[in-house]
Amino acid sequence: MSSADPSVLPPGQLASLAAFAAKGAARWRPGLGADGAGALHSEVFASSSEAAGAAAALALALDDWRHAPRGEGAEAEDRRSVLWVQTREAARLTGRPFRAGLPQDVQARLIHVLADKAGDALFALEEGLRCRDLAFVIGEIAGNPRALDFTASRRLSLAAEKHRVPLFLVRLDATADLSAARMRWRVASTASPPPRWNAQAPGAPRWQAELFRARSHAPGEWLLGEGGKGALVAARLPGETDALAGALARGWAAGLRDRTAPQRA
Amino acid sequence: MNAPSRRILALWCADMALDRWRLAHGAPESERRARAELDGGPLVLIADTAHGPRIEAANVPARAAGARPGMRLADARTLCPEIATAPSDPAGDLAFLEKLAVWAMRWGPWAAMDAPDGVLVDVTAVPHLFGGEAKLIADVRAAFARRRIALRCAIAPTAGAAWALAHYGADGAILGGGADAEAVLGELPVAALRLDADVVTVLRRLGLKRLGDLTGIGRDAIQRRFRNRKSPAANPLIRLDQILGRIPEPLLPVVPQEMPMVQRRLMEPIRHRALLDTVVGDLAADMARELEGRAEGARRLELGLWRVDGEVLVRRLELAAATRDPAHVCRLFAARLDDVDAGFGIEMLRLRASWAEPLALGQGDFEAAAEAHGISLAACIDRLTVRLGPRAVSRPVPFASHIPERAQRWQPPLVAEPASQGDLAFHARPLKLLDRAEPIAVLYATPDGYPQRFRWRGQVHEVARVEGPERIAPEWWRERGSARLRDYYRIEDEAGRRYWIYRRGLIGDGRGGLPEWYLQGLCA
Repeated sequence: MSSADPSVLPPGQLASLAAFAAKGAARWRPGLGADGAGALHSEVFASSSEAAGAAAALALALDDWRHAPRGEGAEAEDRRSVLWVQTREAARLTGRPFRAGLPQDVQARLIHVLADKAGDALFALEEGLRCRDLAFVIGEIAGNPRALDFTASRRLSLAAEKHRVPLFLVRLDATADLSAARMRWRVASTASPPPRWNAQAPGAPRWQAELFRARSHAPGEWLLGEGGKGALVAARLPGETDALAGALARGWAAGLRDRTAPQRA
Repeated sequence: MNAPSRRILALWCADMALDRWRLAHGAPESERRARAELDGGPLVLIADTAHGPRIEAANVPARAAGARPGMRLADARTLCPEIATAPSDPAGDLAFLEKLAVWAMRWGPWAAMDAPDGVLVDVTAVPHLFGGEAKLIADVRAAFARRRIALRCAIAPTAGAAWALAHYGADGAILGGGADAEAVLGELPVAALRLDADVVTVLRRLGLKRLGDLTGIGRDAIQRRFRNRKSPAANPLIRLDQILGRIPEPLLPVVPQEMPMVQRRLMEPIRHRALLDTVVGDLAADMARELEGRAEGARRLELGLWRVDGEVLVRRLELAAATRDPAHVCRLFAARLDDVDAGFGIEMLRLRASWAEPLALGQGDFEAAAEAHGISLAACIDRLTVRLGPRAVSRPVPFASHIPERAQRWQPPLVAEPASQGDLAFHARPLKLLDRAEPIAVLYATPDGYPQRFRWRGQVHEVARVEGPERIAPEWWRERGSARLRDYYRIEDEAGRRYWIYRRGLIGDGRGGLPEWYLQGLCA
């Protein structure tokens, strides 16, 4: 993206590109699903020594799902199921979902798939994305398996966008290699707010989430937590990299409007 | 009540187990030799019990030598050392009887099984088709003789009377509707009442040997003696009334269910996959038409492939919900046909729906696009199950238990959730549970202080915040007495990672040494 030279584009396309860039500089925030701007394919990178990856993926998915606009002919209550795919390795490392600990909305509608190999898990994810009766799909894959290359992630993206079923893929102990995911997060647990009645006890979960690659948003860092009624709340975490990215995005959009060629050293 | 006008035909295959064994082992060419061999020497069918082999059936020479059904084989051997044995097959006998009952529907509109070795056929208003009841019985005898099954039969106005005459009356007896049933049946022994063995013993000890004796001593006395017996098989008066048609006796008829089946015989054996897929597609379309006619959908499908060399390959498919969509069925079978070895070619294919459920015709969506978009949940689960195996796709359901790993069970998706008690809201539970709780080394203030530091998977965690303990006692009704209690703690370490750990046991609870610590769950 940064290597593209906007000065060589014809003037007609420049205005739309500027609008696109301005939109791109817009921050991610919870509740984007209401505008239909929620990403349909996200990746969440997390460590296998905690459940932060799956928990944050579930929170993000539920946030999009609760804010998604209901179609005119849709039922008043969404009764669709939720598919949770794990490889055996991921299940061994971080365990299987526990019904009593799941959010109330998900408890009765969870369908769990245990795949032996990463290839089987990718097949299950893709079949799930094609299914019109699923609200969203969560995948958990450990490491960087050979089967999960750019082509595979592109297939998942296309399937998710064609059938409008969101996918949240949790990558345990993985390096952020090439991927077609629209949003890529890096998530870790952080100290929870002290509960009101027992300050010594662990409180509502809170995660430090870094959006390091997104197609339609500027990267940034957030403190994700749970507000009232299990809603997702996010607080900005003004980090150094974040400020730099914001400045870059602003400068790029401004430069397009002024039609000045970018300076090269 | 129209009971007197009914006509019931009772068939009793007295030697059914032995006849079946003989038919299964005596091939037609060696029949005479086999029969001579069998009938020449004493033969018994035995079943293994906790106290050694027991005789289930004995042939004529064995009976003559003293062997009786119900006897121990060792006892029979003392009477007749040269007795030959063969294993009995009660399940096979029952299946045979079921088939026999369906076959016996040639003489009447419905037939009921009378386990272990009889069949009751309702022949009301039927005999004139055979030229009278005597000719009907002759026809029955001829049919059973052709099948080489020993038979005794009788026709009577009630099932009880027909049964009694078939077992204890003259062979082929016919009790007319106008005849005096009490007089005819009065000469039969009390065992003809279809009573339990202990009741027969009681009657014999009371000196009541014939049915006529029962009516002779007055009903009140018998009623008082058997006032606590409510089931017909234990109360002679109920049985007597049933025989005489004073109270109705419902029978459960067999209803033959034929499973939908379609097949294709091929003029040229096929050896290539593309052709096989085409034929499977044709079969699936035929099956869809067949099922639609019966308003059913298949839950299990069996595809048989007959090869030229006589080998039969079977591929079985279980579906998550009833369906008859040919495209879906074809797609599922395509994944299962990859490893088929066609050999010299496949000459016949047969598709059976061995388990079908009612499935009405569905109203199509008004918007064609809504239907074409994506696949349904049942189809998705079918595809996953075919590739990943039936155990891989499941749904967590609650189970009545306090122990966390037991409080959740996995069942197939789309199966209705079992009823369960709601869980208490103040119990915080982790988002994920490890398959096996992993032992951890914990530094804590003995005997039951908060954990301060622990090592898990080679990494040391400082405990920053902790809540607990939540004590879960062992389930004494399920576990042995030495099981130890668990104290659960919800903890957060210095990096904010939240876990669910427990200490198993207490110091000095007398159920083992020092308590061990385990990490069981990962909190959100």
